[in-house]
Parts: sequence; structure tokens; C-alpha cells
Amino acid sequence: MVDVSKFKPKTVYVTYIAATPERVWRALTDPAFSRLYFFGFAVDVEPRQGGVFRLLYPDGRTHISGQVIEWSPPRRLSITWLVKGMKEFAELPECLVTYDIEPSGEAVKLTMTEAHSWDVPESILSGGRAGWPAILSSLKSVLETGKPISIKMEPPKEMMEAVNQILITKPCKK
Amino acid sequence: MSKPSFVYVTYIRTTPEKVWQALTDPATMKKYWFGAFAETDWKPGSPWTLKFDDGRVADAGEILESEPPKRLVIRWRNEWKPEIKAEGWSRCTVTIEPLQGIAQLTIRHELEGEGTKFIEAVSGGWPRILSNLKSLLETGAVAYETKA
Repeated sequence: MVDVSKFKPKTVYVTYIAATPERVWRALTDPAFSRLYFFGFAVDVEPRQGGVFRLLYPDGRTHISGQVIEWSPPRRLSITWLVKGMKEFAELPECLVTYDIEPSGEAVKLTMTEAHSWDVPESILSGGRAGWPAILSSLKSVLETGKPISIKMEPPKEMMEAVNQILITKPCKK
Repeated sequence: MSKPSFVYVTYIRTTPEKVWQALTDPATMKKYWFGAFAETDWKPGSPWTLKFDDGRVADAGEILESEPPKRLVIRWRNEWKPEIKAEGWSRCTVTIEPLQGIAQLTIRHELEGEGTKFIEAVSGGWPRILSNLKSLLETGAVAYETKA
């Protein structure tokens, strides 16, 4: 298992949802649910610590691959996160994505924390900073209204340029 | 070094006009802002005050830019917590972009000087307020009414 103490939070997104912690947990871990709000990706997760975590394209190919670091329903899900679906990302180290679910008044506070173990440039963080608000806004809408918000989004140009630069210089692989 | 800042983006199934209305109408604000509301005419150069439901002044400042239903910039200072007020002026930029049937709402809140308390406070506040605003516009009800 990876040493999570090496990972520093770089992007945090908080949303409050009118739902129970159990329903938010299900939205995060159920493939039919995630297809609705996560740009069409189906989550495929072994429900245990150390289990395999994947996000799959509609045709079954793997987009994101990782490992379950913490599986504590319905409070905390922590997974490592490696982009497999885009070859440019092959040289980047994995990041750590953690969802915290806490009751807050009549609602639930959902906190997504994206943490990194290296001095990741802002340009590479721009992908998550654009993506997470769209994903989690849509998740909230699915739980509260039954309908997702579909937002068309391309990877930010600055991120792809930075990733390609790393591909050339390869500073990350020891 | 960039200035201390907080950025929050949310997507709401509604029109930019309805987002603008909700952000500027005191009666609507009270519903999703835990009873707080603004007093201003929303014109550039006009004073702006944010009050708690009991009438105490929470924050005060000035409208710098106002371009309905797209952009609003407020010069903003906390007025009720001395240690936060001491950090001085901030600038809050609100942008509303139409996408297909969706409004993208971005809040960028930047401190003019140095400090951590103001940005910490708004980092806690904005996600609650904007989650409630999104729920109100999409479902007619807020996510929760517990005070911020």
C-alpha cells in the first residue's frame, strides 16, 4: 500500500447535499449512478481496503485505475488515482482522492480532496480544478432532482501541454 | 506570490437571469444565505452592506462592477469579527456563464493584503451558501437551514 503521509492536499471541493450519507456513498460507489454524473464513467470498485478501483469508459476500457486505501461506508472512501485512458499521463505519479461524508444539519457535507506526493505544477492541477466542480455539481443534482447536469468539457490545454512536457523530460520515473 | 484567494465553481440547471436575481434580491438571499441579505442598489460606486437576519452588519463595502446577468465585483470587508476585519479589504468577483440550459457560477474571492483568516472564513461559507442556492434554484428548497 502507498504511504499516504507523503500526499499533500492540492485541490479541495466541498458541497452540501440534501440526502443521507448512505445515498451519497451509493452515488460514489455504484456504476449506474456514476455513469450519470461522472462524464459517463462507470465506477468499478472492490468493496474493501486494498481492493481495485477503476473508472471505465462506456466500452469497458479503463480510464482511471487505483487501489482502495480506506473503505469506511458511509463516511470515508480514499483511493489512489492513476490516469490510464490517456497515454500522455503514463509518466505521472498517482494521486490520492478522498471523499469524506459528514452529516451537517439536515444535509450532508461531501468533501473531495485531491492530494499529490510530488511538486505537481498548477497547470496539471487545472484538470481536476475544472473537472471536480462539474462532477460534484452533477452528483448533487442527481441526488436532489433525479437528473444529472451534463457538462461538455475538454482537458485544459495548459494541462495537456504540461503533461506532454513531462513526457519529454520524464522527471517522475526514478 | 499570488494573493490569498478562494475560488468556487458550481453548475446550476437554470438561466443566468435567475442566478442574478437570486444573488441580488434580498428576500431570495435570505432563503439560501441563512437569513442574511444585502442592502445596495447594485450600481457601480454604490455602498453595499450584508446584514444578518437580526439586522447586525456582517460585511460592508462597495459595488465596483455590475453587469447583469454576467458579472458582479464587490469590494468587501468583514465588519463583525475584529480579527478578520483587521485583514482589511477583499475583492469578490462573481461571474455567470450560460452553457446549454445550465448556468456556470464562479466566485473568486481575493484578499487585497496578507492574512489567512478572511479567506479561511469565506472558504467555509461559500460552499454552504452556493450549495443552498443551487438546491433552491433546482428544487425550490434549500439543502439545509442551519446557520452558517
